[in-house]
Amino acid sequence: MKAGLSLEVKNLSTTFETPLGAVTAVDGVSFDVHPGEVLGLVGESGSGKSVTLRSLIGLIHPPGKVTGQVTWNGQDLLSVPPGRLRRVRGGEIAMIFQEPMTALNPVLTVGLQVEENLRAHTALDRGQRRARAIELFDLVGIPDAKRRLENYPHQFSGGMRQRVMIAIALASNPKLLLADEPTTALDVTIQDQILKLILSLRDELQMGVVLVTHDLGVVAGTCDRIAVMYAGRIVESGSVLEIFDGPRHAYTRGLLASVPQAGAERGPLLAIEGTPPALSALPTGCAFGPRCSFANDACRATRPELAEIGPGRQVACLHHETVAASKGQFA
Amino acid sequence: MHLLLYVLRRIIQLIPTLLFIALVVFLLVHLLPGDPASAMLGDRALTADVNRINHELGLDRPLPVQFLLFLRNLLHGDLGRSIQLHQSVVSLIEQRLPVTILLTVMSALVAVVLALPLAFVAALRRDREADVLIRGTFQIGLSMPVFYIGLLLLTFFGAYLRWFPVGGYGDTFASHLYHLFLPALTLALSLSAVLMRNLRQAILSVIGAEYVDFARAKGLPARLVLLRHVLRNALISTVTLFGLQIGTLLGGAVVTETVFAIPGAGRLMIESIYGRDYPVVQGTTLCLAVVVSLTFLLTDLIQVMLDPRLSR
Amino acid sequence: MTFALSLRGQRRKTRARRIPVSLIVGGAMLAIQLLLAVFPSVFAPYAPDSFDYNALMQPPSLAHLFGTDNFGRDVLSRVIHAYSVDMQIAFFATVLPFLFGTSIGAVIGYTGGLAETIFGRLVDAIITFPFLVLVIAIVAVLGPGLNNMYIAVGVVDWVFYARLAVAEVKVQKRLDYAEAGRAMGYSPARIVFRHLMPNIITPLIVYWMTDMALAILLGSSLGYLGLGAQPPIAEWGVQIADAKNFMGTAWWMSVFPGVAIVVAGLSFSLTGDGVAEKMRTRR
Repeated sequence: MKAGLSLEVKNLSTTFETPLGAVTAVDGVSFDVHPGEVLGLVGESGSGKSVTLRSLIGLIHPPGKVTGQVTWNGQDLLSVPPGRLRRVRGGEIAMIFQEPMTALNPVLTVGLQVEENLRAHTALDRGQRRARAIELFDLVGIPDAKRRLENYPHQFSGGMRQRVMIAIALASNPKLLLADEPTTALDVTIQDQILKLILSLRDELQMGVVLVTHDLGVVAGTCDRIAVMYAGRIVESGSVLEIFDGPRHAYTRGLLASVPQAGAERGPLLAIEGTPPALSALPTGCAFGPRCSFANDACRATRPELAEIGPGRQVACLHHETVAASKGQFA
Repeated sequence: MHLLLYVLRRIIQLIPTLLFIALVVFLLVHLLPGDPASAMLGDRALTADVNRINHELGLDRPLPVQFLLFLRNLLHGDLGRSIQLHQSVVSLIEQRLPVTILLTVMSALVAVVLALPLAFVAALRRDREADVLIRGTFQIGLSMPVFYIGLLLLTFFGAYLRWFPVGGYGDTFASHLYHLFLPALTLALSLSAVLMRNLRQAILSVIGAEYVDFARAKGLPARLVLLRHVLRNALISTVTLFGLQIGTLLGGAVVTETVFAIPGAGRLMIESIYGRDYPVVQGTTLCLAVVVSLTFLLTDLIQVMLDPRLSR
Repeated sequence: MTFALSLRGQRRKTRARRIPVSLIVGGAMLAIQLLLAVFPSVFAPYAPDSFDYNALMQPPSLAHLFGTDNFGRDVLSRVIHAYSVDMQIAFFATVLPFLFGTSIGAVIGYTGGLAETIFGRLVDAIITFPFLVLVIAIVAVLGPGLNNMYIAVGVVDWVFYARLAVAEVKVQKRLDYAEAGRAMGYSPARIVFRHLMPNIITPLIVYWMTDMALAILLGSSLGYLGLGAQPPIAEWGVQIADAKNFMGTAWWMSVFPGVAIVVAGLSFSLTGDGVAEKMRTRR
């Protein structure tokens, strides 16, 4: 197996043409993912996290349009021919969906759904594919693998179904795993098991992971770096430690403050006031402005660009120093 | 194992349905104003003949007794005798029903062959020219009565181009197929319109499903995604509809056989109506209804095989 | 994706006030045809049954726009007079099944229980009979003719309306306003017919439109087979049956009645689609 590959995303934008005009769901997003690294893509629902993931491997349906650059293994995935893209999808870059109930085909056995991945990306023969499928089920912790391969998705519990999906995603030893809220639909205990599983596989296979989630608790326990998204843009990024220690965007602060602290006194859970803006009607200037207590006229006039403020540390806020300095407003 | 139990259960459920069919067909003759025998023999019949027929048909006994006799005869494979053709109704149907079934199967195949690719084209080109054209054409086809479609095809491909015979059934199996092609096409047009519309809608509702995106995320070839993931799921509802359409198809077969002079059960039925040959009308109605209920069984089975969630 | 959903919601709102194009076109076409059906002699240039042995099977001309048939009858006039017959078939064959089936279905759906179970079995059994075959069989026994055809259709057809009404009422009766009606102590009949009926009637009307299109197909088919309208009455199916031996030589004899059937069927389907669309946008 070759050493891991890095993913470089530059200026990725995804726009949907609608009867009410174009809606930009992802707006000029850039980030890297290195081998063996877990990048957390964080934000409220509708902030463009899932659309970003889907845009990377060409899963956006018309009338959606994707622009920018997604460099993988020396080529731009947004412009490679379909045949090449198919080899990357599922083979080198695999994706786990949020809802295993709807992401697994209800009328096919899970065995077939594992096998068709192997068939598309490996030279294994029938017997070998079956052996590999059993191996994968063992790997992700599905007991009685041999028998379970003949079952249909509806015969599995929610947690087991998510394991099936992970087994399918990992079938061809991908070098990058895109995980779209892989644990949101699951109980807390199963959530933990699944995340541990993904991490151990990351170590074993040296694969990079992009973990999309709205749950900062999950991020703290699993990710190396974080990119926070708001209204289709990345508003802050950096290492987990840096961001949890000193958030520099008011939105990130708000998100962190709304996480219940383990062991802390049980206080009121703070949420960010207001709701995210509709993508079809973004305010001028900073999209977070209307909900931000630091905002002034400058924020309403220009949209702050994502700026480097340290090595691997970026923020898109005019007042990031004030935000960093003002301790305790939420705590 | 599940499947076997399911089949068994469905066969048991079939029994009351068959009894109901028998009852309706039995009562059919009793709808006749006055007594059936004089209706059959016409106004100038001799009283003696009327009495003889009434007795032959058992019509001089109480209704429930008659029904039980009718059922007993049914179980012995006896549907009475044709007044016009002087043969047992069963032997007539034995000769004629296979023709109708062959015609129906052929037209079902033609309909599927037409509907499948066109539904895909229409769904994948939703609201663009191809879709509008396909749907428009089929909508016009749906508004045409079967006999008229038949006459048009017969005139153009039969009489004018002389590609196909204008009627009849032929002697060998190959010539049966040749003779039945235009009739089958006639019947297939409206069925394929119904199937196409349903399948197009089903494809559109399936194609946005998460599991289709997941299949694409696996890097499967587009053809495999469409056939294995989209089509298999879309077909589930279309198969149900197909089953429900069999009755319409057989009704159309009655008309088509008349248009193309095909010696099938449908034409037998129409001819018997003109000749007031009620036992034959009864017999053919019964058999066609039984064919429909057996087809329901078959389509239910296909559906269970397509959708594993149903078998438990 | 949430934003896509909210967009769809807004688009629906902007569309709601418009009358669907299909309803306008279908309705206009139906209106014209109804006019022809009610006043055929105003529009028809000749009597439908006046023989002219000097003008047998004439192709379309200024004197006879649709040509003449093998008895020298003016095809245009016969097509126009046939509107009276075929529109009458569309209406009379379906109106009683529509009224009876809807009412009985609403009652069965509201009562539920045993009545619904029995009705369900009845539906299962009736759909095993090919509709056309059963209608033909009943007409065969009763004798050919339009009235017997109405009876034959009616015996079977109400079931389909009733099935639809049962399904609709079962949804509606669980909603608040029906509960409120019960709490007010209204009689079941009043709840079903005054309160539930207005809310279930639209899909039934849509089905009625489709059914009228089907009735025209059925009526002309029976006419063609000699079991419906009887010659020399001008009816499209009968006309086509008269023309079937001259398909190649005198195309106009069969083509114009055929087109009339298609246009009539399309008008009903379009109107039905339009009503359905109107209903969708209103919700």
